[in-house]
Amino acid sequence: MLTNSSQEMSTARMPTAYHTRQRVLRILLYIFLVVFTLLYMMPLFSAVVASLRTQDDISLNGFWSIPEEFTFQNYPEAWTRGRVSKYLLNSFIITIPALTATIFLSSLSAFALARYRFPGNRLIYFMYVAGTMLPFQILLLPVFILTNKLGFYNTYWAVIMIHIAFQLGFCTFVLRNFMRTLSGEIMDAARIDGASEFGIYWRIALPLSLPGIAAVATLEFTWIFNDYIWALILIQDDALKPVTAGLAGLQGQFSTNWPLVVAAALMAAVPTLIIFFALQRYFIGGLMLGSGK
Amino acid sequence: MAAATPRVRKKPKINWTPYLFLIVPLLVYLAWIIGPMLYTFYLSLTSWDGISPELKFIGIKNFDALFGSLKKALPSAFEYSLINNLKWLVAFITVPTVIGLGLAILLNQDVKGDRFFKVGIYLPQVLSFAVIALIWSWIYNPRYGLINSFLFEIGVEDPPGWLADKSLATWSIIAAAVWRQVGYVMILYLAGLKNIDPSLIDASKVDGANSWQRFRNVILPLLAPVTTIVVVISIIDSLRTFDLVQIMTRGGPANASSVLANLMYIQAFNNYKFGLGAATAVVLFFISLFFIVIYLWRVMQDELEY
Repeated sequence: MLTNSSQEMSTARMPTAYHTRQRVLRILLYIFLVVFTLLYMMPLFSAVVASLRTQDDISLNGFWSIPEEFTFQNYPEAWTRGRVSKYLLNSFIITIPALTATIFLSSLSAFALARYRFPGNRLIYFMYVAGTMLPFQILLLPVFILTNKLGFYNTYWAVIMIHIAFQLGFCTFVLRNFMRTLSGEIMDAARIDGASEFGIYWRIALPLSLPGIAAVATLEFTWIFNDYIWALILIQDDALKPVTAGLAGLQGQFSTNWPLVVAAALMAAVPTLIIFFALQRYFIGGLMLGSGK
Repeated sequence: MAAATPRVRKKPKINWTPYLFLIVPLLVYLAWIIGPMLYTFYLSLTSWDGISPELKFIGIKNFDALFGSLKKALPSAFEYSLINNLKWLVAFITVPTVIGLGLAILLNQDVKGDRFFKVGIYLPQVLSFAVIALIWSWIYNPRYGLINSFLFEIGVEDPPGWLADKSLATWSIIAAAVWRQVGYVMILYLAGLKNIDPSLIDASKVDGANSWQRFRNVILPLLAPVTTIVVVISIIDSLRTFDLVQIMTRGGPANASSVLANLMYIQAFNNYKFGLGAATAVVLFFISLFFIVIYLWRVMQDELEY
């Protein structure tokens, strides 16, 4: 009797103990994730808090004090006196044409590489793939010289052109792999109906590739928008600088006013943050396509 | 793949169509990427100052100067840069990979609100290096930055100067870069985990493997292709690092946080030694090339699967 009932009890308790253990583990996991993520976001949170305070307050009482008062003054200040408005405008003036041209040109080469067999296909494809991984330094001086020779130095075109050329590699790589997965039957049918090769690209391959294009364009927008080195090398005039290069200059200019500098940095991040939150699916999709799978 | 087989009939005549599609992008690519790359090799063999109309060919003297400086008693800027690039490389291979993989495993088990965690950890990846450099420069500020304010608060008398400290500067910049990189690695691993056939996991459960054994013997090997990609991308990113160093310290104090990418810029654009800068770029290129070849080899294998 006794053994019997104890046996019964243990078999009955076993799953409960197991479930309790699982439950506890799950709660611990949850607590860990919440704490970790909040700590991870702390640099950003604290930057937001710092941007709402005054330099005097922080330098007098330290960052971890109760703020004397919150002020939004740093934002309009950075926007006008810090010229963030001008820099952001320049970023868009550079990014939009560069992105459009990159997508158009890379879709042309991607179509050729994906849909035709011809001598040099693999070679050109691998040249593009290898090019995406080059350190910029190997291009810096000759591109600087070339830009000067063409009379582009210190213009928007200087950075637009190098962005188009450099990003061609990655976009071609991604779009070529995307276009390879398209069905050839529609294109064959169009060919039989007398469509031109360009017509097939323009009316069939390109529209069918829109998901891939959206993904790669979202990613490319942030890459081009976030570029610093090419703007540093190719643009001298402060009035033409994109926001990355502009920010770097602010640090020296307002080195005694960190809340203002941080406010400027946060404002500079807004466009890419909007793109990320609005187009998250494409953004992540682009990363996946780009990582080779 | 049937879809990929080309529709061009076998005929002796060359089909010019693909070349017409390729010509414009290819010309842009040759003029701005391939040509410049080759020209840097040439420049590295000259003593050009970036201004004078004539290029003087000096053979491998620039490389002699760079590698000769390694023998000096006091570490040269080149030596600092090489060592720091190595630190970046080691940190980038290990830290984001381990943290990213760990987070991916934790977040892959139907956690409620997983989107919040994923977005929170991924967010820094969206920010430009310029933005990150400014925010972290403030965090590291010796007097009223986030960290030292806290250290003062808990009674530390003499907290480190972080970016102003010779031995800490590089690690401080690396920490900011790792902060940005982790989310990217996590996303790649999450995608890898999604692709794992659940029946393999179930089979290991039936076989009585515990969580660690399951991770070690089933999940990790299945994630090997993702790990290769993650490691190669991390290496390439670590070698490319420029923006953070340039904005946060300009390689200082006294070259202590310099990396090759940043040294090259200073040699060429601050000291007008274009030849020497080109030589430094070539050194960086060959270090990168080793890993580019590994990556290409992998892409090529994918190609052969088709």
